[in-house]
Amino acid sequence: MNQKTKERPLPRPSPESQHFWDGTKAGELRLQKCGDCGKTYFPPRPFCPSCSSRNVSIFAASGKATLYSYVISHLPMPGFDGPHAVAVVTLDEGPRMMTNIVDCDQTPEALVLDMPLEVSFARQNDDITLPLFKPAS
Amino acid sequence: MKHQHVAVVGAAETTEMGVIPGMTELQLHADAGLNALADAGLTVADIDGIACAGVAPDVLASYMGIQPTWIDGTHIGGSSFMLHVRHAMAAIQAGHCKTIIITHGESGRSAVGAAGFPEFFAGRLGGEFEVPYGAHLPPTMFTIPVLRYLKEFDLTTEDLAQVAVAQRKWAALNPRATFKDPLTVDDVMNSKMIAYPFTLLMCCLRTDGGGALILTSADRAKDFPRPPVYILGTGESCEGPMISQLEDYTTSRAFRVAGQTAFTEAGIERADIDHVMIYDAFAHVPLYGLEDLGFCKPGEAAGLVKDGHTSPGGKLPTNTNGGGLSYMHSGMYGMYAMQESVRQIRGIAPAQVPDAKISIALGIGGMFSVSGAIIFGNELP
Repeated sequence: MNQKTKERPLPRPSPESQHFWDGTKAGELRLQKCGDCGKTYFPPRPFCPSCSSRNVSIFAASGKATLYSYVISHLPMPGFDGPHAVAVVTLDEGPRMMTNIVDCDQTPEALVLDMPLEVSFARQNDDITLPLFKPAS
Repeated sequence: MKHQHVAVVGAAETTEMGVIPGMTELQLHADAGLNALADAGLTVADIDGIACAGVAPDVLASYMGIQPTWIDGTHIGGSSFMLHVRHAMAAIQAGHCKTIIITHGESGRSAVGAAGFPEFFAGRLGGEFEVPYGAHLPPTMFTIPVLRYLKEFDLTTEDLAQVAVAQRKWAALNPRATFKDPLTVDDVMNSKMIAYPFTLLMCCLRTDGGGALILTSADRAKDFPRPPVYILGTGESCEGPMISQLEDYTTSRAFRVAGQTAFTEAGIERADIDHVMIYDAFAHVPLYGLEDLGFCKPGEAAGLVKDGHTSPGGKLPTNTNGGGLSYMHSGMYGMYAMQESVRQIRGIAPAQVPDAKISIALGIGGMFSVSGAIIFGNELP
């Protein structure tokens, strides 16, 4: 990673993940579900990691989640000013996802495990919109 | 085990340890390798198998003058060397080669000719789904599970600090340790915040160094200058490099599988273990390791540490070189854990555990991605 840039490093969509980033751009958090065993999974891939079936489909998730764990990083990170939470959330549909928590103080007092969250789409450029999360309204 | 046993007949670390600005990473491998050869009374002409990580094995073979018939370049981060030992054992048993050198060298602090921390983009989903959120270095990746762990077991950040305090007690007995001054829980809690809840003294060092092992079959092992250290059991497994995708933040599946496999292979019980080494890039990892190896129930490891059981004089002496938190940590620590296991079984460790006969070294690499476990003993079963 280029530490000299002031911008946060952005994802590079792949053939297997393009649908996910098309989704965030369109305001949808897209997950995948297996048509055979019913497993809902993330990150994207064109087959089921539970039963190896290629019979999988893409759907828009609710965007609801809870806070599973996090650290508050005091290390310099391009695109962030000062301490920032690097968080993992559990989506209501089951999968977990790395993200940041926005519209919330970046303190242990404000960031309480299991607190309800909802997705907040953060446009970075014409191609990339990141799925961040904020306290549920 | 039906197969011929395998033993460590040479073991050594680099001549210097800590800050070594005058040596490339490649030379650190060679320096450790030459020291291990001398320890075994061998030269490169006696070596027909090579394994290393960080530096590619063909690069090192050429540099050292080794002409191998067996090569292993398994590179899965900090526990690469545990996997090398396991693979080397199988290779010797299969007759692919007779005498294997496993090396590690890393210019983790001085960065002289160093590979450095791997990029997380091409071919790695973490580059796409974790790095953009700030999970880009070990302190913001390896650490993420711990708040969930503490909550589930009703523990506090002081329980993490106790790990650093306990290991410093061992480091104080080790002249080669980077940090030897006594620590208190307050010292640890009040040190600089790196990634809440981890303060600086809950994080490993960044140092330069290396180590090497030489393995051969047990029937040849008695002919070497040092008493053989037998490989009693081995295990390996992986869960994956994406910290966000681990199935349960209170335990490591890779630890559990690798550890259980090693115990099953050795045919011993937890109570047979005299000495424990657990990879400690951060203060929580030994807690996971003690629980996932089955030395206590989930959530009980912090109590073991707090009550002094892992400290000098305790019933479960753990990380007796001072560990990555106080001894040294060049980036991939697993080799140093095994070096200490071998020293303890040989009876020559600076902080020697009285009558240590069986030791386990548990490694992890790529955060909680890949684990290797090796059980060493002073006698054939």
